Amino acid sequence: MRISVQAEAFDPGAEVNAFTATCAEAAAANVGAIVTFSGLVRADDGMQAMEIEHYPGMTERAITEIAETAQRRWSLGDVLVIHRHGRLTAGEVIMMVAAAARHRKDAFEAAEYLMDYLKSRAPFWKKELGPEGADWVAAKDADEDALKRW
Amino acid sequence: MEVLYFAWVRERIGIPKERVESSAATVNDLIAELKAREPRYEAAFADLSALRVALNQELSEFDAPLAGVREVAFFPPMTGG
Repeated sequence: MRISVQAEAFDPGAEVNAFTATCAEAAAANVGAIVTFSGLVRADDGMQAMEIEHYPGMTERAITEIAETAQRRWSLGDVLVIHRHGRLTAGEVIMMVAAAARHRKDAFEAAEYLMDYLKSRAPFWKKELGPEGADWVAAKDADEDALKRW
Repeated sequence: MEVLYFAWVRERIGIPKERVESSAATVNDLIAELKAREPRYEAAFADLSALRVALNQELSEFDAPLAGVREVAFFPPMTGG
């Protein structure tokens, strides 16, 4: 399992390759499926940049707990979560998750679970900087509701 | 204890964290003490439904006891991902 909360940009392709190589080496883990997701900064309503604040310490703890729960529930061979903070411009990759499982259904479900929980239970806050000024992104009810299916 | 503020709560109160000497029994009691201090706290804590609290870096409830708590954090609902 690898959890990284970082300000630096990362290469999602290189991360997927490294993750896949690790899973392939650990043949005992019996990995037959890897699902990855990357989130990008969208340029909604002329938004120029985004400032992501987080709670150092709690962020890592919360993500580790989410990832461990997913690992147990879907018997994952491996899990990867990378989430950036600081200033990001439109088009930049904010975060990614990867879930490795024996079969694809578990890998897809685990990746969705990780995303749903990262949205509402990992202490990050986004502020959008646009032509009209800066505004905190409000949490959506739909994101909170999404947790109920798990 | 150490009290931390994030996102617009931090902006409204004007500082990211502070040391608070308090004998408050619960989070609600601590909020009442802070609100009584200055209008900026009153403004930040006006609507608790828009706030979340973490005790020792674990998400918690407003009626939770503060015994043994070293770090309290107040923030709006999280928007990760």
